[in-house]
Amino acid sequence: MKTLGYKVSLAVCVIALFGLSDVGLAQSTGEVADKVISDAGEVNQAGKLVIDTGTTAWMLVSTALVLLMVPGLALFYGGLVRTKNVLGTMMHSFVAMGIIGLSWAVVGYAMCFGETTLGGLIGWNSDYLMLSGLDSGPRALYDIGGGLAIPSLVFAMFQGKFAIITPALIAGAFAERVRFRGYCLFILLWSLVIYAPLCHWIWGGGFLTGYAIDFAGGTVIHISAGVAGLVTALYFGARKGYPRTAMHPNSLVLTLLGAGLLWVGWFGFNAGSSVSSSLTTARALTVTQIAAATGAVVWILIESVHLRKATSLGLVSGILAGLVAITPAAGDVPPYGAVVLGALGALISYGAVVLKGKLGYDDTLDVFGIHGVAGLVGAIGLTFVLREVPEHGLMTQLWYQIEGALVSIVYAGIMTYLLIVLIDKTIGFRMNEREESAGMDHVLHGEHGYGLLNLN
Amino acid sequence: MKMIVAVIQPEKLDEVRQALIDTGISRVTVTRVTGHGRQEDIDLYRGQEVVPDLLTKVRLEVALNDAFVEPAIEAICKAAKNNGGKIGDGKIFVLPLEKVVRIRTGETGGDAV
Repeated sequence: MKTLGYKVSLAVCVIALFGLSDVGLAQSTGEVADKVISDAGEVNQAGKLVIDTGTTAWMLVSTALVLLMVPGLALFYGGLVRTKNVLGTMMHSFVAMGIIGLSWAVVGYAMCFGETTLGGLIGWNSDYLMLSGLDSGPRALYDIGGGLAIPSLVFAMFQGKFAIITPALIAGAFAERVRFRGYCLFILLWSLVIYAPLCHWIWGGGFLTGYAIDFAGGTVIHISAGVAGLVTALYFGARKGYPRTAMHPNSLVLTLLGAGLLWVGWFGFNAGSSVSSSLTTARALTVTQIAAATGAVVWILIESVHLRKATSLGLVSGILAGLVAITPAAGDVPPYGAVVLGALGALISYGAVVLKGKLGYDDTLDVFGIHGVAGLVGAIGLTFVLREVPEHGLMTQLWYQIEGALVSIVYAGIMTYLLIVLIDKTIGFRMNEREESAGMDHVLHGEHGYGLLNLN
Repeated sequence: MKMIVAVIQPEKLDEVRQALIDTGISRVTVTRVTGHGRQEDIDLYRGQEVVPDLLTKVRLEVALNDAFVEPAIEAICKAAKNNGGKIGDGKIFVLPLEKVVRIRTGETGGDAV
């Protein structure tokens, strides 16, 4: 009846706008009700599911919002690298939209959300190959409870955006020093060999589903991408000249714009993960806003004390840390929990970034320091600020959270390492010294990011 | 006193600077420039190869006392050369330098270099 209520309120708004009479309202409502029934023409085997248009509309918006995060990420990362690498770095994000956008439709969705197979290792369902079973027939509707559904294609596309952005996040760890073809193969294999199983285990009905709370991807996305980033940064070694040479961002303006788009997109990321238009959606959206704001404030406060200056890069780093920390918790913690997680996310990530400098490894754009660390803070910290204490008690839940994080760390860590060795030893992954000092843009792509020097 | 003007490949800047520093020369002015020698390069624009008329280079200007001139030339040549020398590696110009003044103190000549 949620659908009907939504339709009615929409109709009321429209009528109010055009100043129609009460009679008009009654007639209009009648028409709306008929429309809902005809919309329900597509039903599942039981013949009961009705498309919830409100939720469907929000999921379509969320899908677009999460996709918007990818160009946001491209701007964020692209602005932080040196001028000679801006295009190569932005390509890392954009090409994921192409490669994973395609592989997700072919096999990715089947591997993540197909029926549990191979003893729980992975999902598979031949119906989902090329999304053919979702286009029509009994699986065309995705049950969201209460006799309501959204088109399965919308759910598949929404989830596909997560699959796109996760490997794109990792690229920040080895920015400015990898070959394009090695990277392309890496994200394709990473999404199939690492993302798909993790996603299936935690969200798709695998062995962790229902235990670890991971609302919108702390474990599946941020911890796995962060750990993969750390492993790749350690394997590749530092960029030539790091850390002695100053490596200036080509444009922090781009980075700030990118961070803004990420914040906007994150509403789809977190609030969309409720797969509803409900109180949970509103809660997820609210805590997302609060955690990002808290992260921003906390990071610049720390900088103001520690460096005597608040920096723009610090501000956006805080936004990201806050957003990442709230992601696993978004549907399950109250607003004060968002303040706690946002603040802890920023504080501990700041420490991790400082520690990186001391340890001397070159995670170029702090994929581990921000995504990995804030992801861990959120996944484990959420236990202590839950809205409702679960029946099995907090300590048991804490163990589930740690278990989920450990699975993600160990699996993503080991598999990523094997994957890079494989690619590095076959088609090559890291650029050689000459290519690295000449820059990715011209050497790999034959282009330049800026035309400022083209006098002709 | 001499002024050395060297035009080199942009990616060689770090190495050339390091080589100069190793020779005891740390004062340098660097400018991004475009120009043309005998080198040709190719950019890509939607699948079409385009040959830019002017190529991106870096110009270094170093003011030197006479004793430093030869070591500086040697250092730049060594560091700016690609794989034993390629077209486009650059050029070094040596010019006479009439007067040098340090603005802060008003010192002139060899002391100010």
